[in-house]
Amino acid sequence: MQLTLGKFFVKDIQFADQSSYKDGVVYVSKKELAAYLMEDDTIKAVDFDIARPGESVRIVPVKDIIQPRYKVEGPGQVFPGFVGDVETVGEGVTHVLEDCCVATSGHIVAFQEGIIDMSGLGAQYNSFSKMCILVPLIEPVEGLGKHNHEATVRVAGLKTAAYLASLTKGQTPDESETFTVEPTTELGKFHPDLPKIVYVYMIQTQGLMHDSYVYGLNGKGMVSTIVSPLEILDGAVVSGNCAAPGHKNATIHHQCNPVILDMLRRHGKDLCFAGVILTNESAMLTDKKRGAYYASNLAKLLGADGAVITEEGGGNPETDLMLNCKHLENKGIKTVLITDEYAGRDGASQGLADVTAEADCVVTNGNGNQFVRLPKMDEVIGDLETVKVITGGSSTAIDEKDGSVSVEIAAIMGSCCELGYEKMTTKLR
Amino acid sequence: MVKALEKYGIPTVHVCSIIPISQTVGANRILPSVAIPHPTGNPSLTHEEELALRKKMMNKALEALSQKIDDQTVFKAL
Amino acid sequence: MAKRVVHYINQFYAGIGGEEKADQTPILKKGEVVGPGQALQALWKDDVEIIATIVCGDSYFADNQDAALATILGWMEELKPDALVAGPAFNAGRYGLACGTLCDAVAAKLQIPVVTAMYKENPGTEMFHKTVYILETGISATSMRQTAPKMAAFVKKLLAGEPIGFPEEEGYFPQGYRVNVFTEKNGAERGVDLLLKKLKGEPFETELPMPVFDRVAPAPAIADIQHAKIALVTSGGIVPTGNPDRIESANASKFGKYDISGVEDLTGEQFITVHGGYDPVYALEDPDRVLPLDAVRELEKEGKIGSLFNYFYATVGNTTAVSRAEKYGEAIAQDMLKNGVQGAILTST
Repeated sequence: MQLTLGKFFVKDIQFADQSSYKDGVVYVSKKELAAYLMEDDTIKAVDFDIARPGESVRIVPVKDIIQPRYKVEGPGQVFPGFVGDVETVGEGVTHVLEDCCVATSGHIVAFQEGIIDMSGLGAQYNSFSKMCILVPLIEPVEGLGKHNHEATVRVAGLKTAAYLASLTKGQTPDESETFTVEPTTELGKFHPDLPKIVYVYMIQTQGLMHDSYVYGLNGKGMVSTIVSPLEILDGAVVSGNCAAPGHKNATIHHQCNPVILDMLRRHGKDLCFAGVILTNESAMLTDKKRGAYYASNLAKLLGADGAVITEEGGGNPETDLMLNCKHLENKGIKTVLITDEYAGRDGASQGLADVTAEADCVVTNGNGNQFVRLPKMDEVIGDLETVKVITGGSSTAIDEKDGSVSVEIAAIMGSCCELGYEKMTTKLR
Repeated sequence: MVKALEKYGIPTVHVCSIIPISQTVGANRILPSVAIPHPTGNPSLTHEEELALRKKMMNKALEALSQKIDDQTVFKAL
Repeated sequence: MAKRVVHYINQFYAGIGGEEKADQTPILKKGEVVGPGQALQALWKDDVEIIATIVCGDSYFADNQDAALATILGWMEELKPDALVAGPAFNAGRYGLACGTLCDAVAAKLQIPVVTAMYKENPGTEMFHKTVYILETGISATSMRQTAPKMAAFVKKLLAGEPIGFPEEEGYFPQGYRVNVFTEKNGAERGVDLLLKKLKGEPFETELPMPVFDRVAPAPAIADIQHAKIALVTSGGIVPTGNPDRIESANASKFGKYDISGVEDLTGEQFITVHGGYDPVYALEDPDRVLPLDAVRELEKEGKIGSLFNYFYATVGNTTAVSRAEKYGEAIAQDMLKNGVQGAILTST
């Protein structure tokens, strides 16, 4: 299978009468885009705003973050099951708007929605502050109910992202990157001397605001399965906005999965990327056990020497993480775990809810309890009051005198992303 | 210390009050004791009653030593 | 203007004497730089000045802690130094405990920076590394040449209010706080790097160590308990009156093995508890409440066991480091095996 990402480097987003993409600027017609989104009759109204790197702007509450992508060649279309049909993706050519993203906001659905600061201290805690962001502010029709509200906003975000990238149709990308993955049974032939490494990709499926979707199917109740890494790049897995903002895997994290990208780039060089095993994090112990047995068995069937395991969320998912680790190691497959920790504001507490002796090789993406004081921003896109209820926030989060916002970094979108998307670790002192 | 004894093949019963710690740290045969300052005694009883209590606990301890176990087990005497 | 520090040392480093002078009462040497303080002062030149050296015997401090602290804290309050430097204590246990205890108390009372230095297995390290900066030294005073510059530089940095780096840079024992730090590579790349090292069998360092609670497979059950030799062990500090082995009331540095041949019952006249971590009243009244000898003797008479081993083992579990307890357990196990002991009952308080 072969997939080429055709990258367009975005310098700015501007509103205009007609939507188009030219020379690094995305021109958005509010009217056109709104009409497209409101084909969904659960949306009452939609407005848009733009945030640029370096501006004194805070976006809160953010539900999902999506990177604009659009397939111009090959079967299917991005976000299969939502934008595209359920046809398998991952081949051909997909256009990507780099340094750009869509961040959905609007009336809060639940407290797993977070902050993006475009400047100041908060901007250091994620990569989104360095991107041009289009924010659809979605108002649902009355009486929609939380599940439908979340679904409405989720789909609108995906549609917006696909719409923006589709504006590059027919144009030549600034840069292209092509990934090739051989059929699984031929990997040994092509890469006889390289360690076979699988990626055990844990996705959270525990209910409203805690679900993930695979080709449009809610992953709850699924048995562990195998996918090609290239399918993930085309949006086969989409976020149902799970867990605390600091360590939820937003859709952009899935699309740009750093483990997948790193392993694809190293495939054939210092490792053989032997496949992606999708496995869920269920709320029931029996499911967790079944998932771990199943996933580790798939790894064994694939002949893996090693496995990278990433987590989504914290707390009971640590049990999934440790079970996956234990079962893989017991089958002779060496593991590395990529997670984050909650070691308390002083960093003195044990940071994981569950442990296992076999987890001797662990990457941490930070202590989500670190307490920070974010300066007041001139403009807030969304609703600042929500910092009082979001995870990491508190009723006293906003300082009445200087307008600063004090939160744990768990409130900042993607600050401790457990796919290893950001560049932060925790050290002992 | 209990684990060191077990490592050398000597079955050992840990008589203690703070069971969760004993479990977390990894003792295999655990017998809940009366209280921290008097694990095998109870000052509110008469001496005869205390001795009877102690014997009951020790009988349970012997039971724990003679019982085949595969995993950590808490043996309740009282 | 030079920063002013007080230096604390023990009787040995003050040149007063060795173990025989460990009962030395506290001495205040105003304006004097003594023993290792001279190495420090030479390195500090005009930046930091030792305005006084306080000396105390290790045993005096251990046995009269409250009095020693009261005296020394009183002097510190008069002197009003900018910091306290204690030791280095290397592997001297009582000295390390004294340095740690004093530093901890001074930091709390006077709110000034405190620094000491000792070897990793010094009980003072285990007890105080979380609240006091303890620089790591070698096991003996032969490492003074490496230790003095480390101590001098660290104290100077602290006094200047400069940011203190991570343990591996500055040389102090990690205090147990996890702090976020930005990195060059993202978490995914770091993960793949680590896994490749692990697969190659190369050394790697996990970013998040798991707390280690190793499990031991249960030893096989005793098949014939009625003919078995059983031994009693306790971490509750039951020892013969007079504590002949001088087992400490906390963080015991040893265990004892005591003869109970012919003893049917532990009495408060012949046995005591030295464990400092629980109310001793009940154990002193009747030591069987901690080491149930009388009950096991009766079971022995009734034929429930073959015999009770003629010795019991005792130590004190109060704050005793896991690594120590493990060592005692292993030594006891070996002794038991030599003596044909087949099972053990271990009481804890």
